[in-house]
Amino acid sequence: MSFYGLVDGSDSSLRNYLKQLPGVDQVGAEARAAMLATRSIKTTSKAWAIDTAISMVDLTTLEGADTPGKVQALCSKAFRPDPTDLTVPHVGAVCVYNDMVGIARQHLDSIGALQLPVAAVSTAFPSGRASMAVKLQDTEDAIVAGAAEIDMVIDRGAFLSGRLIEVFEEIVAIREVCGDRAHLKVILETGELVTLDNVRKASYLAMLAGADFIKTSTGKVAPAATAPVVLVMLEAVRDFYDLTKVRIGVKPAGGIRTTKDAIKQLVLVNETAGPEWLNPSLFRIGASALLNDLLMQRMKMSDGYYASPNYVTID
Amino acid sequence: MSGRLEVMKTYKLYINGAFPRTESGRSYEITSNKGEFLANACLASRKDLRDAVVAARAAQPGWAKATAFNRGQIMYRIAEMLEGRSDQFAQEISLQTGASAKESLQEVSDSVDLLVWYAGWSDKLPSLAGSTNPVSGPFYNFTVPEALGVVGAIAPIDKPLLGFVATVAPILVSGNTAVALASSTAPLSAISFAEVVATSDLPNGVLNILSGQQSELAPWFASHMDIDGLDISGLPIDQHGAIKEAGVENLKRISAFTKTTEPGRILAFMEAKTVWHPIGN
Repeated sequence: MSFYGLVDGSDSSLRNYLKQLPGVDQVGAEARAAMLATRSIKTTSKAWAIDTAISMVDLTTLEGADTPGKVQALCSKAFRPDPTDLTVPHVGAVCVYNDMVGIARQHLDSIGALQLPVAAVSTAFPSGRASMAVKLQDTEDAIVAGAAEIDMVIDRGAFLSGRLIEVFEEIVAIREVCGDRAHLKVILETGELVTLDNVRKASYLAMLAGADFIKTSTGKVAPAATAPVVLVMLEAVRDFYDLTKVRIGVKPAGGIRTTKDAIKQLVLVNETAGPEWLNPSLFRIGASALLNDLLMQRMKMSDGYYASPNYVTID
Repeated sequence: MSGRLEVMKTYKLYINGAFPRTESGRSYEITSNKGEFLANACLASRKDLRDAVVAARAAQPGWAKATAFNRGQIMYRIAEMLEGRSDQFAQEISLQTGASAKESLQEVSDSVDLLVWYAGWSDKLPSLAGSTNPVSGPFYNFTVPEALGVVGAIAPIDKPLLGFVATVAPILVSGNTAVALASSTAPLSAISFAEVVATSDLPNGVLNILSGQQSELAPWFASHMDIDGLDISGLPIDQHGAIKEAGVENLKRISAFTKTTEPGRILAFMEAKTVWHPIGN
């Protein structure tokens, strides 16, 4: 493996590479994120943003109480978010636990949603506390069951205690399991990384190790996808593209519940990484409740009056 | 002259238990009946209405689930709080409408009495509007009145306090939550009434109060799909037709009333639930 020619896979080269990354100006990042959040997106731009956001949603259910029925209902909704309006695009993917992948894939195929991918959370999600053998098997199982995208968590304990090479090698190993069978999204769990400097380091570490996407959070830890964190990650993929000419995707997840939140994310993407990233293949939003709010806003724009939650499904 | 600068009150909206300014940043001048400047009030926009409906919807199940006794007690508590501030309210009414001190004080007392009158209805509604129905079959069959949900209210222009209380009290007592538009020309009493409500244990979001123009907001009240009922007593009669038409999409219950003490005002915003219960041997 070449790791883009930036590191050679050894502990020292990885350390040296991450050490030379500039620190993040936290106050500046927060101010920039707050400034971009004040943009007002109206009328035709808003309509475009809503449809784009819908097509970027990774419609997620990650509950202990998930049942096959619930997953199937979620899949139907992912394909036809509003059954009364066929102009609504389908979402980016369905994101479920490992054992639900087969059920989701089968149901999507049966309703003709062959192109809609299933994403599986993997490597002992959400904590990442399991042996390597378990993590590898976890990933293999999901791919065999039909997952086209793997959302893996990094070992935050190892990262925070400075054992960076462990985290790196783990991602490399999962990358090898995925091969070209599945896209790999690496969850940094930024809520546990404490500083924005760490977020930048972890982003580069994941990208060097072969991530197709870097994802903010599991959704199980607060704070999740805060604007400054997403800003730093978007800067990382932008700068990484300048170095390597490879575009890595970004997926904020957790805490994005309203159309307003989603549109703020799109503004961040456009102004930071650039318009190339305004595409479901490079930007996804991990969410569950968000889709209903997007649909209600879409109804408001098409009907001209405020919508009611009574007219969208209960998740 | 003491030289002291008087501290003026900023009249704001009342949404979800908080006093925010309008998201639009607009305001308009409230003047006395003689044209003197009294205060700036928020000119609420349709987005403030939207936010208020979200708050009212979230608060509704909890308020409807509170016992009838508890709802009555809280309404009574509002009356207690209002009574204690009679003079302030009377003065505010006089300033806005030009009513004499005596007339204004009478309006406040009438408002307190009306709150107590509606508070009393909370645990009597099932007896008044419910029934056991004779059916052919081995069933008990009951009909009980239940709260409708989120109800909009457009308060009358005159009688800034009494008109407002007469509009919102019957909506709230049955377990509905309300989004109310205060009198456009004299909204100060309704906004001050929010201070009374805020200290009366009424859960946040149960009553939300906006100040602004009827002509701007009434159509949005009517068309909003998440408002289940609408009291348009405060709108001029020639506008009722258009508003009722705009409310057709979600079969909104739209009513207007003239009397203040009127159980029909409560029942207009309730719906009947009928229960069939098998008779065992």
